[in-house]
Formats: sequence, structure tokens, C-alpha cells
Amino acid sequence: MINFPILSLMTFLPLVGVLFILCVRGDEETIARNARATALLTSVFTFVLSIYMYVAFDKSDADFQFVEKKAWLADFNVFYKMGVDGISVFFVLLSAFLTPVCILASWESITKRVKEYMIAFLILETMMIGMFCALDMVLFYIFFEGVLIPMFIIIGVWGGARRVYASFKFFLYTLLGSVLMLLAILALYNQFGTTDIVSLSTEAQVPFDIQKWLWLAFMASFAVKVPMWPVHTWLPDAHVEAPTAGSVILAGVLLKMGGYGFLRLSMPILPEASAYFAPLMFWLSVIAVIYTSLVALAQEDMKKLIAYSSVAHMGFVTLGIFAANQQSVDGAMFQMLSHGIVSAALFLCVGVVYDRLHTREINRYGGLVKNMPKYAAFFMIFTMASVGLPGTSGFVGEFLVLAGVWQVDTTITFLAATGVVLGAAYMLYLYRRVVFGALTKPDVKAMKDLNLREIAIFVPLIGLVMWMGIYPSSVIKPMAPSIARVLENYHTRVDAWEVERAAAADAAMSAAVSNAGKDAMMKAQEAGKALGAEKEKQNQDDAEAPVKTDEDATEKGAE
Amino acid sequence: MKNFIPPDLIPAFPEIFLVFVTLLLLLLGVSRKDEDHSTVSNFSLFALIAVGVVLYKFSGQIIPGFNGMYVTDNFAVFMKMMIVTGSAAAIFMSGRYVELQRMARFEYPILIMFSTVGMMLMISANDLISLYMALELQSLPLYVLAAMRRDNVRSTEAGLKYFVLGALSSGMLLYGASLLYGYTGTTNFDTMAVALQNTEVLSLGVITGMVLLLSGLAFKIAAVPFHMWTPDVYEGAPTSVTAFFAIVPKLAALGLMLRVFMGPFAELADQWQQVVILISMASMVLGSVGAIAQTNIKRMLAYSSIGHMGYALVGLASANVTGVKAVMVYAVLYMAASIGTFAIVLMMKQKERMVENINNLAGLAGRQPMIALAMAAMMFSMAGIPPLAGFFGKLFIFQAAINAELYALAIVGVLTSVIAAFYYLRIIKIMYFDAPVEEGLDMVDDSRLNFALMVSALAVICFIALPGPLLSSAEAGAKVLFP
Repeated sequence: MINFPILSLMTFLPLVGVLFILCVRGDEETIARNARATALLTSVFTFVLSIYMYVAFDKSDADFQFVEKKAWLADFNVFYKMGVDGISVFFVLLSAFLTPVCILASWESITKRVKEYMIAFLILETMMIGMFCALDMVLFYIFFEGVLIPMFIIIGVWGGARRVYASFKFFLYTLLGSVLMLLAILALYNQFGTTDIVSLSTEAQVPFDIQKWLWLAFMASFAVKVPMWPVHTWLPDAHVEAPTAGSVILAGVLLKMGGYGFLRLSMPILPEASAYFAPLMFWLSVIAVIYTSLVALAQEDMKKLIAYSSVAHMGFVTLGIFAANQQSVDGAMFQMLSHGIVSAALFLCVGVVYDRLHTREINRYGGLVKNMPKYAAFFMIFTMASVGLPGTSGFVGEFLVLAGVWQVDTTITFLAATGVVLGAAYMLYLYRRVVFGALTKPDVKAMKDLNLREIAIFVPLIGLVMWMGIYPSSVIKPMAPSIARVLENYHTRVDAWEVERAAAADAAMSAAVSNAGKDAMMKAQEAGKALGAEKEKQNQDDAEAPVKTDEDATEKGAE
Repeated sequence: MKNFIPPDLIPAFPEIFLVFVTLLLLLLGVSRKDEDHSTVSNFSLFALIAVGVVLYKFSGQIIPGFNGMYVTDNFAVFMKMMIVTGSAAAIFMSGRYVELQRMARFEYPILIMFSTVGMMLMISANDLISLYMALELQSLPLYVLAAMRRDNVRSTEAGLKYFVLGALSSGMLLYGASLLYGYTGTTNFDTMAVALQNTEVLSLGVITGMVLLLSGLAFKIAAVPFHMWTPDVYEGAPTSVTAFFAIVPKLAALGLMLRVFMGPFAELADQWQQVVILISMASMVLGSVGAIAQTNIKRMLAYSSIGHMGYALVGLASANVTGVKAVMVYAVLYMAASIGTFAIVLMMKQKERMVENINNLAGLAGRQPMIALAMAAMMFSMAGIPPLAGFFGKLFIFQAAINAELYALAIVGVLTSVIAAFYYLRIIKIMYFDAPVEEGLDMVDDSRLNFALMVSALAVICFIALPGPLLSSAEAGAKVLFP
């Protein structure tokens, strides 16, 4: 075990780097060089720390580890509480891994305001790692929304032509979702007097009527982040306009925050509502998978195409989470990690050619395989991973999700599986248009193959993609206990709730039945009475009849 | 000390001291031939700091005075500390600006001091009469300050507008006070509270009086629908005066509102709550929508302050300890961000001329990275984006609203905060995203402004690390109002 606060250290180490960069003085060139070096060094050191944490992490334990708890907003009963379990530990690793990759990727492509750029990325890293470690909802919210500030700056300052529009859209969309979540957090706090995620997810029993509203508020926030159809429209804009590294972080980590939020907050704290809304989530996810795949097929812009493919891939994630069995959630987690690496790598691939030709238009390229063979090979591997070729990481996630969802709903599985086919279509179509074909355009001919720095960026990514594809259980095993714990809690409560609901329905039914019975009996009785009365009358009539006849007879006799 | 001072004067000691010093400074100012205002300013600053120290000594006790017309308690100490800090900051920051604008006269700090005394008296007022006197003492210097640049049309217009509308609101307030006196038979808050408790049937007169009082106070904090003067006065008044307007008098009026509505009218919460909810919603909506189209930064900040007062009123509408505490914390954090923002507005200079257009900020991030960074922090804080201080203000306000089950108000609040985020982001966009214009700003390089900016930026950024002291002292202050 580690006996120092490693999570806080990892979270705030990048801020130390920021302070260093702020202190650098000198002419522009020196500042830029020092800023790059400091940022790379800090982020690499953070990554090393995260590896160390992962090694020390007890992989068979389902509970939170390295927990830190300090008084913070003490009279508000809100604590600074950090901890990781099998679910969050991988996201911490992913964030810590992608940040140095991003800094390396922008080593040469970012030339203006390097200092601010590096500061923004380091702050972003703090926010991301902090968010995945936070075990208090207020703290979670602060990191969750704090991400917006550096990302807004990154898109707006170093972005493309429509960067202002894209950055505002990104910021306001996400903010609108988050503020509703804030109200839900406060409502939970108001009822239970705490914002501790662990105690809320084990103890809080929210009445179902309230749960529905709170769940929708949480969903507003996470659905925008994931992003789910129909609130995904900010993503293509943000991706297209962001600089390469911004897209990498956006696709690699920020989108995962939504999925992580569903898994960490919605399902454990509001399980009944999660079960209640699961069909809605299924349909939204399936629409996202099919619709955005079709949209991706029609794109002319490389980044936009990959952005839409992200929405489709994240559709599998929400599908897997809400199918709520071990296989599907394992698959969703795996899909998030795999997509984090693959889409990051694809954006980097786009970045490579963008740096050389400064256009993202697919038609401007063609025939790259002839003058950039290494690039073509690397791009091919990531395309295949995105398509979900067995042997790459993309396959495992999609397969597990589909296998898990099959147990819940076969129609949904069938529809979602068409997304895999469409995925192959748009990715291969993209690859053919960019890499194959005739090499005719002179400026494309002049493009140089990957340099050493770029190869250094891609090699670890390829390694990870292959490793996860060939030996997936190395990733699934450590997270399985934590997922099992979440699901056990979820199913216990949902089953109890369903029994309760069924019992209530039964009671209502039997009450209705008994009411109906009563009515029938009353009717029968009345009918019976009426019948009896008639009979009696008849009897009387019958009894009277002979008398009458007698009378008649006597009358007759008298005559 | 108690042997020399009559017991009634003890709770008012800081104010009496301040009046005394100000009168002395007035004499000093008149007797000096040269138009030197820095001596008077510096002495005023010292006096304010001394008062802050004295105030600190008063914390933790409740001292009534003048037959219950006046009271000093934790709440008063907390609010007065804020007022003294704000006034000191306003005087501290204005030095260079008033010189550049050739309005450096010794009356300037003295008027601020008198107004400050009025505000401190307002906070401690425990009677309708002392309330009104204090309110007028703080208002009259403000009217003069707004028209400080006599030779400038807009400044005189601002002063006149402020005066006429202010007089109207004072009239409403007085009328409300007279109705309250007529129906309850007392002007003292404590006895009025008892009188209102015993009334079985609410009389229409009491409610009318209360609503008129509320309207008068709403004018002072510029809540919708009594906000019309704000943009014009903010724009017309000299910027250093606008900074003072934006920061201090609103705090005082908020404090007064809290004391009045949590005190004598606590029992009538059901009655005034509806009005406050309505005012609060309207202020939040108008503040956020109105600011979008503004191009003058002072007008934009005027609308922004209307919105912020709407948020503060959410806390008042909650009508409980959490709400009062939230308002207090919100006010402090708003003040911190406002000081920094106005420090930057006071720096905006182009070719020896002060400018106020938002677009003048274009490309500031390239030329003055640290100032732009500080301004960005202020804007994100005002928009309520974590991890900056403004977020915590909103957090506590909305927590109070949820606690009081005012869900509609909370939802309107968060939605307008998203709209408001748009125009705060616009400033950041202009500073960071836009290409620098040919003739950019040459910011005033004044060590005092830089210092004020640095302190408030640090406060706004670092509040997250050390929220404890502010929260606990606000808690101590809020509890006093709920015996």
C-alpha cells in the first residue's frame, strides 16, 4: 500500500507545473521552449505516478482504495474525499496517459501563445484526474464543470475558422446540462444531509416519484457530455474547430465523463429510476448508433466524420451501461477505454496530415500510401480498431456489449449490430479515399512521411490497442469486482422495487377484483331478490289461481 | 473606556469615530490651498482600516443602544466589515483615475466616507426612524458623487436621474413606514415584531406598508422593476464612482433588507415571500438578457449587477438561516469579483483617454497576459463556474432555495445563469480569441490598481482552498437574526 496521498498528488501535480511555467521569464522563444519542456515533464511524471498507483492498486478488491478525506466545507458537511475503485482507476490512467501524448502532439503544430496552451492543458489534466477520483458530489461537480474553462480556451484560441461559435456552443450546452445536475445534487443533499457518493449509493432510498426527476436532471448533464442523440450537435462543431490535441482529449477523456457519471452516480444512487428509464436510454442509444453512422457516411470533413463515429461508439456505451449485466457493463467500460485510445489516435492521424496540408477535406487527399507508407500502416491499424476487427480493442467492447444486451432485448441488439456494419462502411470508405487511389495532387505528393516524434506518439497507442485486443482480461479482471458491486446493489434494489411494485399492483388488482366481485354479488343479490320476488309473486299468483278458480267455480255454482 | 463614554454610544462607536475623522478631514481639506486630495484620501483609508479593527472587537456580542433604536451584533459586524472593506477599496483604487479625469478634489473621499457612515448605520438600524435617517445619509452623498464631474453632461444627467428616482423611492419607503407605524403603533423593530405576532387577522395596511418598504429597498439594490436608473447611472457616473456604487451600497441595502424582513416581518414571511420571489426572478431574467446586447462595459456590469442582486434575493426568499447565510457569502464573493473587475475597467485607457467600450479589450491577452488572466478569472467567477469563488456563492444560494422548497425559483436561477454565462464569456472571447486591434489599450500602470487586482484575483481563485473562515463567520452572523 501507499502511505502518502497519491491521488491528491496526481491531481495537483500539474498545477505545480503551471506555477513553474508562469514563473518563466525571457524572450518568446525561451518561454515557449521552457513551457513545452515543463508541461511534458510534469505530465510524464504524473503518468509515472499513475502507473505506480495502478501497480499498488489491489485488483481483487471491489471497494474504493487510497481514500483521502479532509474537512473542507465543514459546516455544510461536504468533504474533500478522493478514492479510486476498479472503474475509475482506468480512467485516471487514461487521462494521465493522453495528456503527455497531447503535449507531444502539439510540440510543433502550436507556435503561438505556447505558454498559455501548456497551462491550459495542465489545468485540464488536474480537472480530469480530479473528477475521476472525487468521491463527493460537490467535489465531483467542481471538477466536472471546471473542465469547461481550459477546454473553452483551447478551442477558442487555437481552433479553426469557426472556433468562436464552436467554443460557445460547447460551453453553453455543457453548462446547461450541468446546472440541472447541480440542483439534483442539492436536492439529494437536502434530503440526506450529505454529498458523499459512497454513503449515498449504499444508503439513500429516494422515493420513486422524486427519483424520476433527479434522474432526468443527472441525465441532462451526462447525456450532453456523452453525447447522446439528440444533444450531440455540439460535438462535431467542437471537434472540427478544436486543435488536434484538443480533439484528442475531448474524444479520449471528456466524453467518458458522461458514461462514468451514469455508472458512478445515476445507477448506484437512483437505481429504480435507472431501471425505469432504461428502455428510453436503449432507444436513444440505438438511434444514435444508426443515425450518426449514416451521417458519418456522408461527411466530407475528416474530423467531422470521426466525431460522428464517436457519437455512434458512445451509443454502445450507454446501451451497455443500461443493460445492466456484468457482460454488458464490462463491455461498456472496455468500449470507453478502447474508444478513448482509438479515437484519440484517429484524431492524431488527422492531425498529422492536417499539419502538412492544412485542410481536413477528404477530397484534397488521396494516394497517401505511396509517399507515406508508415502513416498508411498506422492509420490502417486504428481504422481497423475503430471498425472492431477481432484482435483489436474495438472488437472486445462492442462484442461484449452486444452479447450483454442480447440477454435483455433482442430487437435492440439487432438494431445496434447494424451500427457495426455501418461503422465498417464509413471507416473503410474514409480510409480508401484518403490513403488509396491515385496520387495526383502535387502538394499531396510533396508530403513527408512520419517523423520520429510522431512515431514515438503512435507506437504506444498501437501497443495498447493490440494489447487490449489480444489480452482483454488484463483490463476486465481488475474492474470486474467493482462493476459487480455496483450491479449487485443495483439489482437488489431494482428487484425489491419491482417486487414492491408488483405487490402494489397485485393489491390494486385484487382490490379491483374484490370490488368487482362485490358489485357482482350485489347485482346478483339484487337480481336474486328480484327473481325471488317474482317467484313469490308467481307463487302467490299460483296460490291465488286455484282460489280464483274456486271462486269462479263457486260463482259458477251460484249461477 | 466605558467610564468615559455614555453606554448608549458604545455600539455606535465606530460610526461616531468615522464621522469625527471625516469632519476633521473636511476642515483639513478646506484649509489647504492646493487641490491635493491624496492626503485626505490616505487619511480616510487609515480611518477605515482603524474602524475595521475596532469592529472586530465588537464581534460575538449583542449590544443595543439608544433605547433599542440601534443594535450591534455579529450580523452587523460582518456586514460592516464588508462595507468598510469595499469603501476602502473604492477610495484606494480611485486615486489615479480621478487625477486623469481632472476631478481630484478632496470632497471625493469625504463624500464616500459620509456615505459609508450612513451604510454602517443602516446595518445597525433597529427602528424605522434610524433606518430612514441612515438611508438618507448614505444616499445624499451618492447623488453628489454621481454628478461629480460637473462639466460633463452625462455625469450631471446621471446625478439628476439618480436623485429624482432616489427621492421617489425614499418617498415610497417613508409612506410604507408611516403605514406600518399607523397600524402597529410602533417604529421599533422588536416591539413591531411582537405586535405583528399578536395580530390575529392581517390588516391590509400592514401588508401595504411592508410592500412599500420592500419597494423602497428594492430600488436601492436595483432589483427589477426598480432597476431603471442603474444602467444610466453606471454609465454616466465617473468610473471610480461607479465602482463604489456597484460594490458597497448594495451590500448595505441587502443587509438592511435581511434585518428588516427576518426581524419584524419574519411572521409575515408567507406574505412577502411571493413578492421577493417575483422580484428575484424578474431581476435574474432581465439582468442576464439585458446585458447581452451591451457594448459599454459599465452598462454591461450594471445589468450584471441587477442579475446578481436577483440571485442574492433568492437567499432572502428562502427566509431561513441557510438563506441569510447564503446571501452574506454571496455578497462577499460578489464584492471580491467586482473590485477586481472595476480595477480593470479603471485601467482601460487608450491614447491618454479613458475608454469604456467592450471591444477595446480585444487582444488584451497578448499584450497584458496577467491582467487578462485576472479578468478572465473575474468573469468566470461572476458566471459561477467552478472552481472559482462565484460558484460557491451560487451553490449556497441554490441550496437555500432547495432547502426552502422553492424549486421553480432555483430552476429559473440556474437557467438564467447559463444565459448570463454567455456575456461573461463574450468578454473572455474578446480578450483571448479576437485578433488585437491596431490601436490597442495602453493600460494605466498604477501600483494601487495592480495591487487591488492581484488581491481580488487571488481571493477569487484561492477561495476554494480555504472557504472555512468566511463560511463560519457568515454562519455566526446569520444566526443572530434568528433568536
